Amino acid sequence: MPTSYDVAIRVENLGKKFHIGVSPQDSPLRGNTGSYRTLRDEVSEAYQRLRKGRHALVAQKNTIWALRDVSFDVRKGQVLGIIGRNGAGKSTLLKILSRVTEPTEGYAEIRGRIGALLEVGTGFHPELTGRENIYLNGAILGMKRAEIAQKFDEIVAFSEVERFIETPVKRYSSGMYLRLAFAVAAHLEPEILVVDEVLAVGDAEFQRKCIGKMSDVAQQGRTVLFVSHNMSAILRLTEECLVLDQGRLALRAATNQAVDYYMAAGFSNAGERVWSAAEVPADAAPFKPLALRVRDAAGRVVDTLRSTEAFNVEFEYELQQDITGLRVGFYVLTLRGEYVFTSFDTDEISRFDGFSTRKAGRYCSRCVIPANMLNDGRYVLAVNASTFRIRRYFQDEHALGFYVDGTGAPGKQWPETRLGPLRPALDWEIQNLS
Amino acid sequence: MSQATLSASLKERPADEITLIRPSRGLGALNLRDLWLYRELIYFLTWRDIKVRYKQTVLGAAWAVLQPVLQMVVFTLLFNRVANLSSNGIPYPIFNFAALLPWRLFAKALNDAGRSLVTNRNMVTKVYFPRLVIPLASVLGGVVDFAFAFLVMIGLMMYYHFAPGSGYQFQASPALLSLPLFLLLALLTAFGVSLWLSALNVLYRDVAYVLPFLTELWFFITPVVYSSTEIPERFRLLYALNPMTGVVEAFRWALFGAQSQAAPGPMVAVSALVAIVVLVSGLFYFRRMERVFADEI
Repeated sequence: MPTSYDVAIRVENLGKKFHIGVSPQDSPLRGNTGSYRTLRDEVSEAYQRLRKGRHALVAQKNTIWALRDVSFDVRKGQVLGIIGRNGAGKSTLLKILSRVTEPTEGYAEIRGRIGALLEVGTGFHPELTGRENIYLNGAILGMKRAEIAQKFDEIVAFSEVERFIETPVKRYSSGMYLRLAFAVAAHLEPEILVVDEVLAVGDAEFQRKCIGKMSDVAQQGRTVLFVSHNMSAILRLTEECLVLDQGRLALRAATNQAVDYYMAAGFSNAGERVWSAAEVPADAAPFKPLALRVRDAAGRVVDTLRSTEAFNVEFEYELQQDITGLRVGFYVLTLRGEYVFTSFDTDEISRFDGFSTRKAGRYCSRCVIPANMLNDGRYVLAVNASTFRIRRYFQDEHALGFYVDGTGAPGKQWPETRLGPLRPALDWEIQNLS
Repeated sequence: MSQATLSASLKERPADEITLIRPSRGLGALNLRDLWLYRELIYFLTWRDIKVRYKQTVLGAAWAVLQPVLQMVVFTLLFNRVANLSSNGIPYPIFNFAALLPWRLFAKALNDAGRSLVTNRNMVTKVYFPRLVIPLASVLGGVVDFAFAFLVMIGLMMYYHFAPGSGYQFQASPALLSLPLFLLLALLTAFGVSLWLSALNVLYRDVAYVLPFLTELWFFITPVVYSSTEIPERFRLLYALNPMTGVVEAFRWALFGAQSQAAPGPMVAVSALVAIVVLVSGLFYFRRMERVFADEI
């Protein structure tokens, strides 16, 4: 029978309310609030309050619960995954547990020394050498100087930057920088480890190494809370998962079940980007983007797609005037900003002739991305509407993100990360030449 | 489970460190013990601050000496030669430099520590540690510059001691021994003001714009380029409400002894009292606002 001694983390009715800044675009769910108050805002708000006396009403409207009524326990030694789409409250939960921010309601009880990795390389200073940054970053993460000194060689070896350890990190390539940053973080040894999406950085080779390190940590019997968008990593490292949706705990289940639920169930808002009038620059007219969607094989709008199934990308827009020679298309990029491919709706010559002038009206350009094309990972869709060499009407470099899950893809029998953004199913022929 | 086995199992288990996380209300405790636990972080951040300050400069640490010296030269020309301000019979350059020592420490702390939380927002939003560490490290970072400038002060005092007709004779007095105490007072004053400014700057970025102006204004209400004997006797205690007044006068008294003026005891006492009020209120304000730093920064 589990007693309270076996519980490493107990969370009861935890909730966190955020004030949204002046503009609704500055929601805390989009990373940090872009807005901060100035005295002027404060004074004018105070004046409004005096005049209207409806402060409570206004406050209600400008707040959002990033997390609400979340309760769960984590047993000692358990590795628990937390999944959910962007803005579901995963990071907020980890920030509360790691004491970076305070909850608005509820409480959490943590038994044991907790260490949190919400980011790698926090506090790195570009002017300091690799060696100096290891000590600084270690201290920031809560390691003692003696502890860092003792693990120093191991950290350097893990990071593979031995030769540059006395070089200021501003001269490092971004890969070296990340490796060093992760190496320090990976050597943090608290009883309870809280990890946010830090594995999503670096090249595939390094990611593989990081996941290996994480699974070592998990096997040492330490309690780990692990947030990731990388379903393969979640499946590999955890046995049980929490699924968060819109700040609430939607499900707690065995990882397989949780991942299926997450990928299939009604996350209807994800996988869609809608442009509000304010987001469209005035010079885009007469082109007006409306929405960009990613649909899975069954036609559902989703943010995680299976690489083994085909999916659709559709772009809805309005033309306020006729446009001649228009092409509407998108780019697929990796998270590191490398282009995977580009495609326009009038690439094919017959369609280019057929749509030489598009009349004013509402359109939807849709295309199918075939199965077995993209590798596991997160991708970004950028959209572009232009007439070749004449005018670019509209471009959004970061229109929509989506995930590809490679479960069942060719080569999945080997739990390794495949290099490159593509994961094609190719026809191999093995000929015995002897 | 029987009583005996329960107590046995209680003994076996090492006591866990339990952390309770809940919304805090009211003023809350200062929890300075936490600051002690994170002393190595204070050390590392101070060290980082010092280490990177003069990186990629041609003159490097020489700036720590050049800056106060140039400032002193300009003030001597401007306020002594042109404006003809008196310096109580002490050569104006050392009279001024003695005040620049704590003043520069204070002004640097105001500017660096005031912005420190926002500059280190990455750390604030990603890692837990007592936030007090950040402005504290910024204030302590100024001590090294102070030490360099102090060496210059010794050099200047020796020069004027031996220079014929300077009217200055160095006298070793027991007052010199109180100098570390006054350095501590300068640091506490700077830390207290920095606590207020850095916490306010998280909520209101206006602070960053007010800082240069505030520093300038504060400079003129502190007896750096003039002596507080210029202030009518009956206003002096009022004047000492500026905590830096007491610090500067104390420095002059410790370095020049009776040659500067009578012991500025009451003024230093008033200033020290104000400094303590600012520090304690600053600590409470900072701790109170700390809980929203990560959300508001």
